[in-house]
Amino acid sequence: MRIGVPAETRAGERLVAASPASVAGLIKLGYDVTVESSAGTQASFLDEQYVAAGATLGDAAAAWSADIVTCVNSPADADVARLTTGATLVSMMSPQSNPALVEALNARSVTALALDAVPRISRAQAIDVLSTLSNVAGYRAVIEAAEQYGGMFTGQVTAAGKTAPATVFIIGAGVAGLAAIGAASSLGAQVRAFDVRPEVAEQIESMGGVFVSAPEAQQEVSADGYAKPLTQEQQDAAMRVYAAEAAKADVVITTALVRGTAPTTITAEMVAGMRPGSVVVDLAASGGGNCELTVPGEVVTSDNGVTIVGYTDLTSRMPRHTSQLFGTNIVHLMALLTPAKDGVLALDLDDQVQRGMTVAHAGEILWPPPPVAVSAAPAAPQGPSEEELVAQALAAHESAQRKARRRSIGYGLGAVAALLLLSVADSATVQHLTVFALAVIVGFYVISNVKHSLHTPLMSQTNAISGIILVGALLQIGSSNAVVSTLAFIAAAVASINIFGGFLVTYRMLGMFRKDAP
Amino acid sequence: MTLTSLAQATYVVAAVLFVLSLAGLSKQETARRGNMLGMVGMVLALAATVVLALDVSERSVLVTALLIACVFAIGASVGIWRARTVEMTQMPELIAILHSFVGLAAVLVGVNSHLTESADAVHQVEVFLGIFIGAVTFTGSIVAYLKLSAKIKSNPLMLPGRNLLNLGAILASAGLLAWYLASHSIVPLLLMTVIALALGVHLVAAIGGGDMPVVVSMLNSYSGWAAAAAGLMLSNDLLIVTGALVGSSGAILSYLMCKAMNRAFLSVILGGFGAEGGKAAAAGPEGEHREVSATEVADMLAAARSVVIVPGYGMAVAKAQYPVADLVDKLRAHGVTVRFGVHPVAGRLPGHMNVLLAEARVPYDIVLEMDEINDDFPETDVVLVIGANDVVNPSALEDPGSPLAGMPVLEVWKAAQCIVFKRSMATGYAGVQNPLFFRENSAMLFGDAKTQVEEILTALRVGEGASA
Repeated sequence: MRIGVPAETRAGERLVAASPASVAGLIKLGYDVTVESSAGTQASFLDEQYVAAGATLGDAAAAWSADIVTCVNSPADADVARLTTGATLVSMMSPQSNPALVEALNARSVTALALDAVPRISRAQAIDVLSTLSNVAGYRAVIEAAEQYGGMFTGQVTAAGKTAPATVFIIGAGVAGLAAIGAASSLGAQVRAFDVRPEVAEQIESMGGVFVSAPEAQQEVSADGYAKPLTQEQQDAAMRVYAAEAAKADVVITTALVRGTAPTTITAEMVAGMRPGSVVVDLAASGGGNCELTVPGEVVTSDNGVTIVGYTDLTSRMPRHTSQLFGTNIVHLMALLTPAKDGVLALDLDDQVQRGMTVAHAGEILWPPPPVAVSAAPAAPQGPSEEELVAQALAAHESAQRKARRRSIGYGLGAVAALLLLSVADSATVQHLTVFALAVIVGFYVISNVKHSLHTPLMSQTNAISGIILVGALLQIGSSNAVVSTLAFIAAAVASINIFGGFLVTYRMLGMFRKDAP
Repeated sequence: MTLTSLAQATYVVAAVLFVLSLAGLSKQETARRGNMLGMVGMVLALAATVVLALDVSERSVLVTALLIACVFAIGASVGIWRARTVEMTQMPELIAILHSFVGLAAVLVGVNSHLTESADAVHQVEVFLGIFIGAVTFTGSIVAYLKLSAKIKSNPLMLPGRNLLNLGAILASAGLLAWYLASHSIVPLLLMTVIALALGVHLVAAIGGGDMPVVVSMLNSYSGWAAAAAGLMLSNDLLIVTGALVGSSGAILSYLMCKAMNRAFLSVILGGFGAEGGKAAAAGPEGEHREVSATEVADMLAAARSVVIVPGYGMAVAKAQYPVADLVDKLRAHGVTVRFGVHPVAGRLPGHMNVLLAEARVPYDIVLEMDEINDDFPETDVVLVIGANDVVNPSALEDPGSPLAGMPVLEVWKAAQCIVFKRSMATGYAGVQNPLFFRENSAMLFGDAKTQVEEILTALRVGEGASA
């Protein structure tokens, strides 16, 4: 089958749904790929690179008439009309807010796979473009903030005095929030982050941020990875946290976007409480904005000199990497849809992931899909109660004590038995046994210090010195008894192989170990 | 001052040198000196013994001297030839076969001691024990050798009632000891030898490939005890001291190996992993794994700051240590921090991985032990698991029902990204599915480890060419 990659038509869009590398991935799955000429130019992917990866170039009509069409944004009406009947469209299409598009696609019997409706479960993460885009947007938000902010993010101590590091406050620790935390802290800023889901504290800290803890504003572990609507009290408490943190921050980045809508987190009043020169970057501008003063798509300055960035095209501002990651998501999706790797798309509607993103198929609208129960955090295991634990610990302690008692009795009996045996042996034997016992103890202490990395040389070295049994054999070799002499000869010969082989191979091995040149 | 007392004095010096030799092996810096001290001790001991042997010779001194010269000629030629030609991947086999030589020598020396010395209960017990341990070591090591060199299958041999068989062999030997003490005849001695030889075969045949580190260290220990027993019967303190040193060395290694697998020593010795129930979980968790290509891995590595490589027996099998070492050089030249994390039971011999990596000229100070590296995984960008499976299985820590539960493992899943080099999705030695493969941050790179690493190298070189 043929996959078409048209150029994006939305104004200002610089992304493309395939990179040369992802084209190669699609071809490996058995598909032919047609890329619209200059589709990747804005993302710095040249037509020649696509051709080198195995794609053919074509015009828009050729790309849109393929068996499978993949693009980034929802297609315009004119493009829907260009799709062949029964074709498959893979793109973002916001099916929830765009029922007309779903209708139009279905009218042409198009199989519509909405990339923005991928169930948010672990297995589907490799095809989740929303994670990809959020990640890039979070990173870019920090870059935009750094551009608007009139200072350095990192603190410096110079001959001309010192500057304090910027304080960045991030609301929401989803994919975008975490990416922003990572980017800001690697620029040297002090990052504080808040999320109503307390379980993300660890993730925030792992990215280099400080988790702002406010138990009265935070809720229980959520089931689907999204925050639940807050109660009024929780909301009020959260707003107090936002106000307090924003007043202290140089940069505020808001990322609260719940299923396409943006709740207000930063009120005009809070902005008024911020220092002049500080920056608010509103990642939820496309949904209306988390900040009351946000103007989607624009940068505005408040009366008290706070810059509010409301860009809605943050991902487009990093077209190269966004397109690359997006393209890889598509390859992963096509790999899932092409189990035989034969270039034939096989949609399996029994599969949770495929069903979840299929909006229309074979003339039937399949939106909305049946709900998927997933867990973003593992449910707390049904552990034993506290009393049971105490009882268990007690029992374990008792059994350990019993075992220790039994062991001491065993040792005592053994010592008595050894004593009895030794008392009947002659003094020479006792002397030898003393030597033996002492040597064992010395051996244990000496060997316990050997590093693990030297265990193999240790074994071959002990191999060599256990060839010392040769001493016994040598003393028997001169016997007048021919049998004894022969046996001794054989014993001595094999033992001497041990000595020579063991020492030499140890020497050879030790010669190989070398320290890293300083 | 007689020759004997001079020899005894030399033996004391040799014994001290052996102790110092093993002590020297505890650190890289002193290991070579330790090796040398051992050689010096051996030369002294042998020189003294040769003089003594010529002195006590019951035959013409010349014949005895000739025989001794022959012995050294054989030993030197075979020993030097093997030591020079052996490949590092074959070290386990070499060590196993050398153990068998000690066992054989102990048996023969024991028989000789029976033939030449007078009947005395204590001496008889010593002879009997020496032969018994020697014989078990001899055949056990030969079977271990055959298994390690893949001349026979390394699957555990499961005879019905095998524990009873072992117990029967020991009881029968005890009975024969009584007969031997009563009669001082060679018949019970030889019968016992046969039983002990069979016991050695059976003991090791029942143990599978992955438990080989324990078996080899156990046989190492036995060979020491056999030498010590020979020393007791010959009243030779040097033999006793050396045997005890080697015996305790092997015992400690076995103990460390067992601890690293969280298994009781007895259960390893008595055969097959999980054979006594607990195999039910073999199916384990299933899920979807993600596949990556060598080129993608190359990209990840080029972008990483910190990389940890976890090698396992599979790396040795594929002889991938050389390309891996090249890869490490390349990445380090790019400023990537690369380290190795080695599990104590990786490979077929304690410390086997370290030797293989050393052979490929990987500096030993970037090859770390499990305890040294486990805390660093959360700060690691990419982990490459090459030919290891059970030692990186998260269910050892997370699933109390798993046969691996409680075994300390390398916590590779805490890294940002984990790449598993594997031939297929088959389970490891323990027959347990590995949930690591289905984690979000894991990806599988299928195929021969050596070819794949070489492909990564090529991809890295191409990438370099493009950016230059």
